[in-house]
Amino acid sequence: MVAELKNYIHEQYYFRLRLGVAGLIVLSLFTLLAFRFYYLQILHYDHYQTLAENNRISLVPTIPNRGLILDKNGVVLAHNFFVYTLEITPSKVKNLDSTIAELGQLIEVSSQDKKRFKKFREQSHSFESAPIRTHLNEFEAATFAVNHFRFPGVEIKSRLFRHYPLGKLGSHMVGYIGRINDKDIENLKKDGVYSNYKGSDHIGKSGLEQFYEQQLHGVTGFQQVEIDADGHAVRVLSSNAPIPGDNLILSADSKLQEIAETAFGERRGALVAINPKTGEVLSYVSQPTFNPNLFVDGIDSENWKLLNESLDKPLINRPLRGIYPPGSTFKPFVALAGLESGKRNPPFSIQDGGFFTLAGSSHRYRDWKPSGHGMVDMQKAITVSCDTFFYGLAMELGIERLTSFVSHFGFGRKSDLDIKGEIGGLLPTPEWKKRRYKQPWYPGETVIVGIGQGYTLVTPLQLAQATAILANNGVAMKPHLVTKIQNGLTGKQMDIPAIVQDRIELNPENMAIVKRGMVDVTLPGGTAASVGANAPYSIAAKTGTAQVIGIKQNEKYNEHGMNERHLDHALFIAFAPAEDPTIAVAVIVENGRHGGSTAGPIARKVMDYYLLGKMPAVEPSAVAAPVPANATGTATITEEELHD
Amino acid sequence: MISKLFHFLFKHFDSFLMACLFFALLLSLFVLYSASGQDISRIYAQGFNVLAALGAMWLAANISPLNLERAARPLYILGMLLLIAVALFGTISHGARRWLNLGFMQIQPSELMRIAVPMMLAWYFASREGKSSASNFVIGSLLLAFPVALIMKQPDLGTSLLIASSGFYVLFLAGLSWRFLLVASASLLALMPVFWSLLHDYQRKRIEILFDPTQDPLGAGYHTIQAIIAIGSGGSAGKGWLNGTQTQLDFLPERTTDFIFAVFSEEFGFLGNMLLLTLFSLIIARGLVIASQAQNTFSRLLAGSITLNFFSYAFVNMGMVSGILPVVGVPLPLISYGGTSLVTLYLGFGILMSIHTHKKLVAT
Repeated sequence: MVAELKNYIHEQYYFRLRLGVAGLIVLSLFTLLAFRFYYLQILHYDHYQTLAENNRISLVPTIPNRGLILDKNGVVLAHNFFVYTLEITPSKVKNLDSTIAELGQLIEVSSQDKKRFKKFREQSHSFESAPIRTHLNEFEAATFAVNHFRFPGVEIKSRLFRHYPLGKLGSHMVGYIGRINDKDIENLKKDGVYSNYKGSDHIGKSGLEQFYEQQLHGVTGFQQVEIDADGHAVRVLSSNAPIPGDNLILSADSKLQEIAETAFGERRGALVAINPKTGEVLSYVSQPTFNPNLFVDGIDSENWKLLNESLDKPLINRPLRGIYPPGSTFKPFVALAGLESGKRNPPFSIQDGGFFTLAGSSHRYRDWKPSGHGMVDMQKAITVSCDTFFYGLAMELGIERLTSFVSHFGFGRKSDLDIKGEIGGLLPTPEWKKRRYKQPWYPGETVIVGIGQGYTLVTPLQLAQATAILANNGVAMKPHLVTKIQNGLTGKQMDIPAIVQDRIELNPENMAIVKRGMVDVTLPGGTAASVGANAPYSIAAKTGTAQVIGIKQNEKYNEHGMNERHLDHALFIAFAPAEDPTIAVAVIVENGRHGGSTAGPIARKVMDYYLLGKMPAVEPSAVAAPVPANATGTATITEEELHD
Repeated sequence: MISKLFHFLFKHFDSFLMACLFFALLLSLFVLYSASGQDISRIYAQGFNVLAALGAMWLAANISPLNLERAARPLYILGMLLLIAVALFGTISHGARRWLNLGFMQIQPSELMRIAVPMMLAWYFASREGKSSASNFVIGSLLLAFPVALIMKQPDLGTSLLIASSGFYVLFLAGLSWRFLLVASASLLALMPVFWSLLHDYQRKRIEILFDPTQDPLGAGYHTIQAIIAIGSGGSAGKGWLNGTQTQLDFLPERTTDFIFAVFSEEFGFLGNMLLLTLFSLIIARGLVIASQAQNTFSRLLAGSITLNFFSYAFVNMGMVSGILPVVGVPLPLISYGGTSLVTLYLGFGILMSIHTHKKLVAT
């Protein structure tokens, strides 16, 4: 009994010892936990607090309204409107194809919609929604709303769409926006403005939309939103309103634009009209044009193919990127060079026999009029566009002096218009030729530069700018399409100041001679007499033709039986009223043959409207159908007019 | 009359333990309300579970330890048969074979084994009293190894490890030699690199993620990372009841069950955690006191094992949620939502109370 009790006590002692050890282990492990909690909750509280906040708070960008583009009278050229879109968030949808198929039974989803959706998806993250249908009407929206429960991950949203209400009109000037691509992102990052594009999916791709992207876009606002683990917004904690983009107000007039574009009819070409005193661009035409609305949400391949593969090349921004030999429109500038250098001042005149030869050569540089123009002084040389006169003048000036003088009129360099992508044209020099062709300059090449042929190339914009500088007596105003930027919030307007780009001192007497010669161009006997007919204001002008394909020495240019697209380009420059010009125009009609008969009337309509507010009479045949070359019946068209 | 009923109901209850349990229950319902997204029906459901658990506890408290000792073998054998039946005919859900369909109800035999295994081992060592030899521990280990292996096969790693630990506590308290413990743990440590080298790369990867959740933040590690953020962002005093952002905005997974500690921790902070640790410590301390005062070998071994097993659950759960232990599916005792585990837990406390209040009856 005692032994048993002893044994019991002994055993209990050992058991309690073990319990004590276990208790110590319990205590130490709980202490370990306490230290862990101390570490997480006290020492690293800030860190985990931040993580928890980052978890729950999400910055949701609010996209600013893009600024409007308005013409000088407030006519809307580009605006935004809300449309219902049906959007799918791919990450929330189990089977995308079957979902789309089911949606298709409810609401019409075309194959084009599907293609666009696919493109969208490739460009964005799976947790971002992409539209499967846009422009839902009320009925479709309601139909879907009723069936919403069947489509988790599909939602109706309203998206802001850019719209160009005038469609094709002035599309090369206004440009368009498109979806932001990787290259845009790269550029935005380089410019350090990428954060402002959080949430934006469109950006200006061309024209003014591109150039004034920064002003039009506005400043993205942010909402601090509390979100749950699924990313659903629970409530808004704070918000920072977006600042809408600025509105652009142009110097162009949509009515004038319409008149100019209509005047081209089916023809290809370009027209630029500038106010010479301010540099404001009054009209900017590139024909044919395209509908910019096609591009806003990604152009479909069919339309793209149609536009891109068209022989008329409607996507080329001709005033900016179309390059043409200036032809005889170059002559007034060469004339001024001759006068300013003192080589051709009155009473200097030549006896024109219909051709010019270089000393020691038998090669004949022919005048457009085989019989010649008889006695020709500077003024008459401009009026009748005497080639022989300018061959000799160019030769005597020499290529360097000639090009350096006319470069003050903007030839050979970019005119710095507020649209990107301008081509600088070409004013050839011996150094250029050596660089480009590794060949010496030949005197004969100088001769033809005198009449705007050879290597010389200009864009319609350059030609218009040169005309404006001439009209403004040598003072070059920086050309610009936007005259006012209107604050999207306050409505306050800021004027774009007129900037003097360059200035060349010209002798008023010399200017007067050139102007007189140009005014006579639109008077009876001039190469564009019909253009000036019945004009209540005086027009100083010059016609020109530019060869599309070269003509051999003894070959005669024959309009008939030639491919229409090989016919000469028709050029026309003008400013009016001649004594105090407020408009300078350059027109190029591709394959239009004669400046006076095809390009000139277009310029006249533009000037009539601009100066008189006069709408053009409806006379489609005069423009649309080219006048037969050998027509003798039309009294107003003279031999001078049929050539340049 | 009323005092008689009162006596009948409460004579075998331990007031200290009851107070602790009541306090834990209160905490549990508050945290559950917050964790369930303020779903009152969850509270009702858990209230029902608590009533069932209290009933089980009352029953256990009123069964004398002698009868428990007698029931040990039949209960263990029944449990083993059921486990074998599960292995053969069990229904599969969530990729594991844990349930047995009896036609009228589904049972999970592994829960029964949480009580039956320590009871069996306590009985075994009690019956070998005074003849402590190495062979006893070999047989004891085998009695433990069979059910653990069967449950591990289901697979239910968490439960099998905890049952293994409950059995181990009996072995330890029964006097497993220190030398053996030392040698066993040393050789286990030594074998670890060998074991590691035998694993496939993907298996190693899994284990690495278990210990370092940041390696797979969106996959297996997500739960732990979000739980740690919840705990850490709770700070010293917590974000306040119903104000835990990680909880209320759905960032915490499994927040009414295995991860409920993160909810508690986020809303009540470091102070709350200390309170909970203190509460658990008091319960454990009480259990150890009951064990140390128990009057025979069976009672003390069983009481010690039940108490230490409660500790295991609490430590493993809080350790895994706070990121110092790998994630194994173990609920936080007394706090997590769920009926079965609560019943088993209260049953254990009932046994403790029985051992404490039946002392004089078994006095030698």
